[in-house]
Amino acid sequence: MEAETWRFLPTDFALKSHLTQRYGANFLPADMTIQDWGVSYDDLEPHYTEFEYLCGTSGLAGNLNGKIQDGGNPFEGPRSKPYPTPPQKQGYGHMLFAAAAKRLGYKPFPQPSGNLSESYTNPLGVTLGQCSYCGFCEWFGCANYSKASPQTTVLPVLLRKSNFEGRTECEVTRINLDSTGKRATGITYADSSGEEYEQPADLVLLCAFSLFNVQLLLLSSIGAPYDPQNGQGQIGRNFSHQTLSDALGFFAKDKYNFNPFIASGAIGMCIDEFNGDNFDHGPLGFVGGGYIGQVQTGGRPIQTTAVPPGTPAWGPKWKQALKDNYLSTINSPGACHASMCSYRDNYLSLDPTYKDRFGRPLLRLTIDLHDNETKMSAFLTDKFAEILKEMGAKQIVKRPRKGPYDVTEYQTSHLNGGAIMGDNPKNSALNRYLQSWDVPNLFVVGANAFPQNAGYNPTGTVGALTFWAAEAIRTQYLKNPGPLVHA
Amino acid sequence: MPRRRPHLSNFACALLGTAAILALGPAYAAGAIDKQDFGQIERGRYLAIVGDCAACHTLPGSGHDFAGGRTIETPFGQLVAPNITPDPLTGIGAWTDDEFVDALTKGTGRDGEHLYPAMPYTYFTKITRDDALAIRAYLNSVAAVHNEVKVDQLPFPLSERGGMAAWDALFFTPGEYKPDPNKSADWNRGAYLTEGLGHCGLCHTPKNVLGGDEAGEAMKGYNLQGWFAADITDDRRRGLGSWSVDDIAAYLKTGHNRTAAATGLMAETVNLSTSKMTDSDLKAIATYLKDRARGQSDQKDFAQEPPPADQNSMKSGAQIYADECSACHSPSGKGVPGLFPALAGAPIVQQTDPTSLIHVVLRGALSVGTPPAPTAPEMPAFAWVMNDDQVAAVVNYIRNSWGNSAAIVGSGDVRKERDALRERSD
Repeated sequence: MEAETWRFLPTDFALKSHLTQRYGANFLPADMTIQDWGVSYDDLEPHYTEFEYLCGTSGLAGNLNGKIQDGGNPFEGPRSKPYPTPPQKQGYGHMLFAAAAKRLGYKPFPQPSGNLSESYTNPLGVTLGQCSYCGFCEWFGCANYSKASPQTTVLPVLLRKSNFEGRTECEVTRINLDSTGKRATGITYADSSGEEYEQPADLVLLCAFSLFNVQLLLLSSIGAPYDPQNGQGQIGRNFSHQTLSDALGFFAKDKYNFNPFIASGAIGMCIDEFNGDNFDHGPLGFVGGGYIGQVQTGGRPIQTTAVPPGTPAWGPKWKQALKDNYLSTINSPGACHASMCSYRDNYLSLDPTYKDRFGRPLLRLTIDLHDNETKMSAFLTDKFAEILKEMGAKQIVKRPRKGPYDVTEYQTSHLNGGAIMGDNPKNSALNRYLQSWDVPNLFVVGANAFPQNAGYNPTGTVGALTFWAAEAIRTQYLKNPGPLVHA
Repeated sequence: MPRRRPHLSNFACALLGTAAILALGPAYAAGAIDKQDFGQIERGRYLAIVGDCAACHTLPGSGHDFAGGRTIETPFGQLVAPNITPDPLTGIGAWTDDEFVDALTKGTGRDGEHLYPAMPYTYFTKITRDDALAIRAYLNSVAAVHNEVKVDQLPFPLSERGGMAAWDALFFTPGEYKPDPNKSADWNRGAYLTEGLGHCGLCHTPKNVLGGDEAGEAMKGYNLQGWFAADITDDRRRGLGSWSVDDIAAYLKTGHNRTAAATGLMAETVNLSTSKMTDSDLKAIATYLKDRARGQSDQKDFAQEPPPADQNSMKSGAQIYADECSACHSPSGKGVPGLFPALAGAPIVQQTDPTSLIHVVLRGALSVGTPPAPTAPEMPAFAWVMNDDQVAAVVNYIRNSWGNSAAIVGSGDVRKERDALRERSD
C-alpha cells in the first residue's frame, strides 16, 4: 500500500536453525512454532532483483556482491545489482533522524521505496513517473504513475497479450478436485450476479490475498485443517502478523518545522541494528526485531496529526494544540516495524457461525500477542525514543505494542502464514516452490507461505517468491508436471 | 474559414456496398487475380492496414472484420460504413476487379453512381492498380459476413448523389501518383503513402465550405469530431518542424516519442494502422512530411513574444498549472519521456485552433498503448474541477509559457467546447 520494498535477512530464511544454533534450543518458548523456510536467501536473491527491477525500486545498496556500501544498509544480504533507481529525497524530519542515529553510532540508510525517485521504464517496457511527494500515498492510489503496483508495472503488458483474459467482478468460490482428491480439475467462480461457472484447468495458481488463499484451501478440502489442540494438520497453521510500535516526538515549535505533508508512502531513514538477529538476544530474553526509522508518510488531516497527552479531544484547546504541534511533531507510525513469531495458538480456521454471501464459512483469525513480541516491542520502542531524544524532542510519548491483541488498532495489513512453505509435508502445506504437497497441480502464491514474519514489510519477499515459483513452473513443472519435491 | 458551416468532405467512409445490396445478378464475378496467391494477399493485408480500412469498415467489438456498420460522423449528417467482406449479397463479393478499382480510385459505385468523399477516393486515386488489386485479393480472403448496411443516412438534398458530379469537378483530381524523379526513393514512397493510401489530409488538411481540401493549405490542421487534427507541415512552432524524422517515425510506430503522446482519433489511427506499418514505410512518411513544404510554411511568428495576454489571467493560469498540472507535466513543462507529454515547445498546445488542448483539459485523455510503449498513461478530466475562466487561464498559460506562443483563448471558447463535448458520447 505504501510501497516499502524490503528484502528479508539471510538468517530470516533459516530462523529456527540459526537461533537454535546461536542460543540453544531451550532459548525459544515451548509454544513458539517458528521454522526454516525451505528456501534460502541465495535461492531468492536473483528474484528479489527481478522484482525490484520490475518495480523500479528506489534505494541505496548496502551490500553489493559482498562489498559493504557507504550509506546503504550494511546488514542486508549481498545483492547482485544496485537498486534500479536512486533513493528518494528525504524530508527534514527524516534527515534529522539520520543525523541523530549516526551520532548514536548507528548506520542509517534510506528506506527502499516503490514510490520512485525518478521516472523509470521497467524490463517489460512500462514507464513509471517521478514521485511528487504529495503525501497521499499511504491508503491511496497514485495518480502520477509513481507507485509500483500491478497497473503501473505489469497489467498494461499482460492485458495486451492475446493469450490473456481477465474476468473482473468474479470471485473464485472453490478449487475443484478429481475423485482422488490429489488433482485439481479447475475452479468454480461466481460473477457479480452470483451465478456460478466452472473453469477447467490443468494448472491452478492460487494468488489471492494470503487470508483468502487459506480460506479457499480450507473450503476446497485441500490438505488437513490445522488442529491447535494436537498441532496436527497444516492448513491454517502458523498464522502471524507484524509487531508495530512507535513513539511520538514533540519538538519546540519555534525551532523545528518538519513540513510533514511533504512525504511519500515509503519515504524515510531507517536503521537495521535491531532487526532479525543483527544483535545479541542472549541477555534480552526474546528473539526477533525490526527496522527502526523515521518513516512519516505525510501530514494528512486528522489521521496523521498528533497532540501531546493531556490535550482535550475536541474544542478550542485541541485546535490550539494541533496548530502548535502540527509542523513540529515526529509522528512516524510503524517507526518500529518488527517481526512476529508463529505460535501454536495463532491460527486460521473456518468460522463455525458466520457465512459469506455464498453461504460459505468465513475465515476465522485466532491470534494474541505473546511475551516474546511485547518484550521485543518495548525494547525497540525504547531505542527509537532514544533517537528522538537525540534529535531534540522536548516531549516523547512511547507507544509500545501491548497485549491483548486489539483488532481496532491498525498494525499493518501484513497477515502471513496459514499455508506455509517448508521442506516436508509434515511441517508445511507447500514445498519450497509454493507447490501444494497434497495437490501438485496447485501452487499457492503469497504471504501465506511465510512460516513466521520478519521485521520488514512483506511485499519484496512476496514478489521474490512469486518470481521463484514462476521460474520453477516454467523451467521444471511444465516440462514434467508432477511434484517438484519428493517427500 | 467558417468552421461550423456544412461541408462535404469529412465523410470517412464509402458507399461501396450500395450497389451490392441491390445486386440480384450473378453471384460472383471472378476477377483476373489469383485468389490463392499468398504473396498478393499478404501484401494486400498490409496495404489495408496502411489505408486503415478497418477504422470505418469494422464495427469495433463486433468481431466481424470489414462487415461495416460503423456510423461515420460528418458535418452534414451520418453515413454508415458498408460491408466490404466477400459476401455476394451484402458485401462486395459480386464486384469485378474493375468495379472495385474504380470505386477506390474514381469514387464511382458499381452502377456508376457517385460515392461520397467520406470514402477518401480523392486520396486513393493515387494508388497504383497493382496495390488496389492486392487489397482486393486480401478482402476476398476474409470471412464473408452477411450484414446488410443502410449506408446512406444523409438528409435531402445531400441524399441526392447526382450533386457529387459537380463536387468532383471542383475538388477531385483523379490520377495515379507520379514519382518525382528529383527526389529520393524514400521521399517518393512517403509521398505515395501520405498523399494516397494513408490519406493523412482527410483529417489534417483544412476543408472549404463544400468540404473540399482548401487550396494551398494542405496539412495545416483541421477541426473534426471534437478535436483539431494538428498541423503537420514543417512549421517550427505548430507543425513538425521541431521533430526529427526519427521522432515522427517513433510517434507513428509507438504512439509516443520523446515529447508527445497520441490520443483521440490519432490514438485510434496508431492502434489500427501506423503501429503495424514497417519501419521503412514510417521513415519514408516522416522523410516526406519533413520535406514536402520546406520553406513554404509560415515561420515568421516563431520568435514572436507571447501576446499581451491578460496578465491576471496568466497569473492565475500559472497558479492552476502549479497545482493541477505540474506534478506530471513538471514545473518546466518538460514532462516525462514516454509517459507525460511535454508542453514546452509542443506543437499540439500551440495550434491556431485550441480545440484539442481544451478538449484534453476538460475531458482528460487516454494515450495509446503499443507493444514497444505499452504504458498507455491516462490524464484525468478537469471539467468538474475548473470553470471556463480557469480552463482558459491555464490553457493560455500553457500556450504562452516556456517559449510557447499562441493566440489567447477566451472563456467563451471554453464554454463552446464544453457544450460541444457534452453532446459527444465518444
